[in-house]
This record gives sequence, structure tokens and C-alpha cells, in this order.
Amino acid sequence: MCLAVPGKVESIYESQGTRMGRVNFGGVVKEVCLAYVPEVRQGDYVIVHVGFAISRIDEASALETLRTFEQLGLLEEELEELRAGEEPSPAPPEPAAPQ
Amino acid sequence: MKYLHEFRDGPKAQALAEQIRRMVTRRWAIMEVCGGQTHSIIRHGIDQILPPEIELIHGPGCPVCVTPVETIDKALAIASQPGVIFCSFGDMLRVPGSREDLFAVKSRGADVRVVYSPLDAVKLAQREPQRQVVFFAIGFETTAPANAMAAKLARQLGLKNFSLLVSHVLVPPAIEAILNSPHNRVQAFLAAGHVCSVMGYWQYPPLAQRYRVPIVVTGFEPLDLLEGIRRAVAQLESGRAEVENAYARVVTYHGNRAAQAVIEEVFTTTDRQWRGIGLIPQSGWRLRPEYADLDAELRFGTAEVQAEESPLCLSGQVLQGIIKPHECPAFGKECTPRTPLGATMVSAEGACAAYYHYGRHRQMPVSG
Ligand code: SF4
Repeated sequence: MCLAVPGKVESIYESQGTRMGRVNFGGVVKEVCLAYVPEVRQGDYVIVHVGFAISRIDEASALETLRTFEQLGLLEEELEELRAGEEPSPAPPEPAAPQ
Repeated sequence: MKYLHEFRDGPKAQALAEQIRRMVTRRWAIMEVCGGQTHSIIRHGIDQILPPEIELIHGPGCPVCVTPVETIDKALAIASQPGVIFCSFGDMLRVPGSREDLFAVKSRGADVRVVYSPLDAVKLAQREPQRQVVFFAIGFETTAPANAMAAKLARQLGLKNFSLLVSHVLVPPAIEAILNSPHNRVQAFLAAGHVCSVMGYWQYPPLAQRYRVPIVVTGFEPLDLLEGIRRAVAQLESGRAEVENAYARVVTYHGNRAAQAVIEEVFTTTDRQWRGIGLIPQSGWRLRPEYADLDAELRFGTAEVQAEESPLCLSGQVLQGIIKPHECPAFGKECTPRTPLGATMVSAEGACAAYYHYGRHRQMPVSG
């Protein structure tokens, strides 16, 4: 749960009154809550834990970490985990009813 | 183990290991508290490139491993109720309760779902207003900001069908309990980097001073771990007992204040039972009385649950660093990741599972 891959914030928006963003983890894009990193701007890198950015990390360190993950063959595995979380419910392809 | 060698033979890893080797004059026992770090240490063979004088003791920092049996039994009772959707992080599904695990109740038809984030459970509650959605809110300080926000959001959205089964645990009281134990052998701690990214590390200087123990805030990558160990050894060898931050690219002294504020609003400290270890005073968070309406234990009335632990499992001794996983008689025999007797064999961050996955029991003779 703890080996967080740094992700790059691609966009920031509000959803139900909460600061959210699309974050790109080596190609896998996920919706992440940005409420705890008010200083973060588009293009910044963040460390994410269970769908929440918990801290900002500078770009050089983030790229270095990503390189290490890749060299050690960990990146794919970590991304697998992210993708696995992709289907929390076998959601039927219902027309998304915004509530 | 191709990657392991690539890491080990790397010049940076070699240089750090060499520095540690040159410094060491006697035996030292260092505990990494966090299960993620245990996993990384065993996987990359970090313990094996250290000089033999350095022993790494694997601490109780895997939230899945220390969630008490009673709480698992409560989860099973709630998940089995009709109309309930029980949401959990994936690791929890195979953790044995007294008699069975969440997988077993799921295979009997209970609606148990794996979520990546507690917000997924909140969304589910919005989509399924006629069902009761319960989220299994376990974890250390790192997970608490997420779980606290889920509670806060559910409140804001006025959700009547969302609740949390909370079993949060805290690192500093656990470190203190280890230091107070008569069996304690730990001489320095690597503090878990991501816990500190949320909480900061202002709580550690009093511990370092009172117990004369070095504490180094450490990250998760192999080189981070080696650097944390190097700093701990340097302190031990020179008789210092200070708090150092070896993970400054992520961790600040005060931590994430916005997250702390929401945690403070939703949770309050409580005594907490740790699986295999026992009760540690003020070592957990539970929902504040103001959030009692979101408490799944109250909503589903699960107060009376009698829990039993497998008599074969020695995970309590593993979690306190008294024995190594492969020294448990059941290790690899009655107990494997497919048929775990204790929680430390379930999660990838559990010490028993890490030893099993990376074949430690085959590589080393039974010794300390
Ligand atoms: S090997 Fe299994 S039975 Fe032994 S301590 Fe670990 S989890 Fe418990």
C-alpha cells in the first residue's frame, strides 16, 4: 500500500465541492483527491496514497524515482495495482447519471 | 532475481553498503517500522548486502497485519447482513478472522467489493441509495486523511447509507510500546516515510531523547533504505540519539497540516488492540462522537464478538522482532499465503509473506 509511484497532475477541477485532479502515473491516469495539497498546480508531481495526494515532490526527484522503479522492474507491478483498483464495482454500462 | 542483482551491483548501492561496512564496529539491531519497507528490504535483499553485524528487525507497520481478529470478525458479521455492500482494500480479503475470511463470506453470496480508495465507496453509496455501503477503514496515519475525508464527504452529501468500520493505528505509540517491552532488542528505528509525510516528525524527538534511540525518517526505495540504515549506524557508532530526516524530498517537520486538520475533525485517539501484540494505550483513532452516526459498529450492533486466534500462529513474536518469520514452526507448512494462519502471511507487506515470496526460508539456515 505504501510504495507510492509519483504522478503528474494533468488537470485540476472541483467535484462535489472537493478539489480533484487527473493524475498520470507512467501512462495510467487516475482521478485523485487534491484537497490536501492546495499548493499543487497543473504539471506538478505528487505522491498519492489510496486516491489522495499527500505531498508534493519536485520534478527532478519524481523523475529519478520513476527511473528507479523502472530499472528495478517495479513500475509495471505498481501500475498493475493501480489498474486493479480501476474496477471497484463491476459497474454496468449505465448512462452516468450525475447526481 | 535479475533486478535484485542489478540493484545490488549498482555503484550507488555498493558505495552505501561499503560506507556502512567501514563504520561498523559491533552488532546493532535496527527496526524498520513500516511493512512497505520490510517488503522492499526482503525483495531487494538489502539485509543481505549489509555487514553481518547489522540485523534488521521487521516491525509491526503493516496495517493489515495488526488489525485485530475481533475487528475482522465484526467485518464478517456486517458483510454477511442482507442489503450490505462491504468495501475494503484488497489485502483484507484473505485475513483470517476466528473462523473464516471475507473471501469466504463473499463466495457465499455476500456483496464484498475491493476498492482502491475510500472515495470509491462513497460514490458507490451515492449510486446505490437503497443499499447500506460500509467501508473498512483500516490503516496507519498515511491512510487516515483519505478515510477522514470519506467521512466528511458522506456527511456533506447527506448520505444515510454510508458508514465506516474504523480500526486505525498509530506509529509513535507502537514505537514506544516496543521500547518499553522487556524483550526489546531494537537500538534504532527507521521511521516510515509516508506516515511522516502526513504527520511530520515532530513527535519523535521526545522519544529519541527519552529512550536514547536514533530515529531516521526513511523512504521506500532500496537506496533510500540503505541511506536510512547508514545514518542510523553512524549515530549508533558515535553514541548519538537524534531524529534525522533522510526522506526530505517528501517529508517536512510539520507534515501535511491540511490533512492533519481533517483527521482531527473526524477522528479522536483511543486505546487499540494490535493483532498478535495486544492492547497499546492511545495507539489508535476512532470516529469522534460527532461522527457516531457514521460508525458501522453502532449502526450494525456488533459489540459482542468473541474472537479466537490460531494457536499455531506466532505472528505476535514476529511483529515484535522476537523471532524471524521462518523460525515459526508453521511457516511454509501449515501456513502459506494460500492458507494463511496469521495476518502477517496475507499482505504483501507482512513479514511472513515477504519471506515466503522471496524464498528466504530456502536461502538461509534457521538462525537469528
Ligand atoms: S508463518 Fe504463519 S503461523 Fe507463523 S507467525 Fe507467520 S503468519 Fe503466523
